[in-house]
Amino acid sequence: MSTLKEGTADVGIAREEPKGWRDVPTGGLITEAGNAMEYETGDWRTFRPVWHKDRCIQCLFCWVYCPDSAVEVRDGKVVGIDYKHCKGCGICANECPPKVRAIKMELESEAAGEGAAGNEGGGKDNA
Amino acid sequence: MPKAVAITGNEAVAEAMRQLNPDVVAAYPITPQTEIVQIFSTFVADGLVHTEFVPVESEHSALSAVVGASAAGARAMTATSSQGLALMWEVLNIASGMRLPIVMPVVNRALSAPINIHCDHSDTMGARDSGWVQIYSENVQEAYDNVIQAVRIAEHPDVRLPVMVMMDGFIISHGMETVTLLEDDVVKRFVGEYRPEHSLLDVDHPVTFGALDFADWYFEHKRQESDAEAGVSQVVISVAEDFARISGRRYGLFEEYMLDDAEIAVVALNSTAGTVKEVVDALRSDGVKAGLLKLRLFRPFPHRDVLSALRHVKAIAVLDRADTYSTMGGPLFIDIRNVMYDMPGPRIVNYIYGLGGRDIDLDEINKVFEDLKDIATTGKVGAPVTYLGVRE
Repeated sequence: MSTLKEGTADVGIAREEPKGWRDVPTGGLITEAGNAMEYETGDWRTFRPVWHKDRCIQCLFCWVYCPDSAVEVRDGKVVGIDYKHCKGCGICANECPPKVRAIKMELESEAAGEGAAGNEGGGKDNA
Repeated sequence: MPKAVAITGNEAVAEAMRQLNPDVVAAYPITPQTEIVQIFSTFVADGLVHTEFVPVESEHSALSAVVGASAAGARAMTATSSQGLALMWEVLNIASGMRLPIVMPVVNRALSAPINIHCDHSDTMGARDSGWVQIYSENVQEAYDNVIQAVRIAEHPDVRLPVMVMMDGFIISHGMETVTLLEDDVVKRFVGEYRPEHSLLDVDHPVTFGALDFADWYFEHKRQESDAEAGVSQVVISVAEDFARISGRRYGLFEEYMLDDAEIAVVALNSTAGTVKEVVDALRSDGVKAGLLKLRLFRPFPHRDVLSALRHVKAIAVLDRADTYSTMGGPLFIDIRNVMYDMPGPRIVNYIYGLGGRDIDLDEINKVFEDLKDIATTGKVGAPVTYLGVRE
């Protein structure tokens, strides 16, 4: 992830300087498969989903419904949220069963202490 | 041996398409382009081409299908007129933005309302800023030759842009002329096989066409598109040189007719240029230094070459078969005056003529040259924009 590949975009996270117009692929072509991973949409978020491990029943509804594959699952279990890509749509919190409510939406600016409005990313923080 | 035949503009374009044998043609019939689609579909039915012909339900679908086919690596074509081109509007910019080398003959016809099926240039002038290369043709021979050259221009690695080839509705599309056709195998060799750099069907090198492109990248892609346009003129010239070798017919960015030493000159597009030549001939025989610049490549605009061709002329009349409704004249006038802005010499006036198929005759063009004589003598311009041939 240290270099910016052709046809991908950088949303302002400090990496290499984005390419100039002479060097971008012609016609907006994306020349590499699967590179949507590199387009980090986490800073679009106004509300962030906060996952509470102690309440979670591992039904995986959040993982099924997340439109951005931003619910991180390891060995069949939810382990956290990928804040680099989560856009904060809240579908996961909505789909979390009412009796469980293991995911709560919090204002990005008030969530998770310092740096919350940024995009430090990594679901591991929450796991 | 090349053969001379008497055919109409539509027949000549359909014949060019048969010889080009595109992989995909998706088209919808519209007057006055209808015969192109009709004749070409007969070629398909008779097995004379290998083309996958898609008889779509609208022009929006026609160009959409052609965009998909082109992205899949096919040499793809369509053809249209007027309202059909207007219905393609959304997809025009997608074709150019995705840098797809589609070739589309357009038979010029007035836009509604009022509804009208005859020639003016309001349809293609409406697509002026769509990023398509625009080539205009005076007569049947040029329409045929331009469609064949357009394939090479569009697919050139320095261009990779869609190209429209224009001819005047009915005047040329339905007018019969003697045309020299090339041999099938000569055309086939001239355009060669299309080898796209990227294709949706190339599964070993997967690519995404038409992806979301936000404020962080869109501008770079559009700037790159503009840069590609800047290289079009050179490709148009080199393709024309190759074409001259197979046909003996020479083309450039525009035709200069008696322009070298002209003191007064007309700038025109398409079939009207033929009528202007008649008037220029008559004036020259009377010792009047009259000339014509017939533009072939209108988009991108070959501004440097136009400037050097016109800079010595004292008075210029630009004939526009479309209005911009800016109240400052037609689209060609605006470009020509822009090009000449830094020249202290030439006075430039505009005549909007022929809307909805109104004929322009020798007397009217004579009147334009008479006006130019006055302007060249006095240096004074009365009205910069005149509506020529309209009833007061």
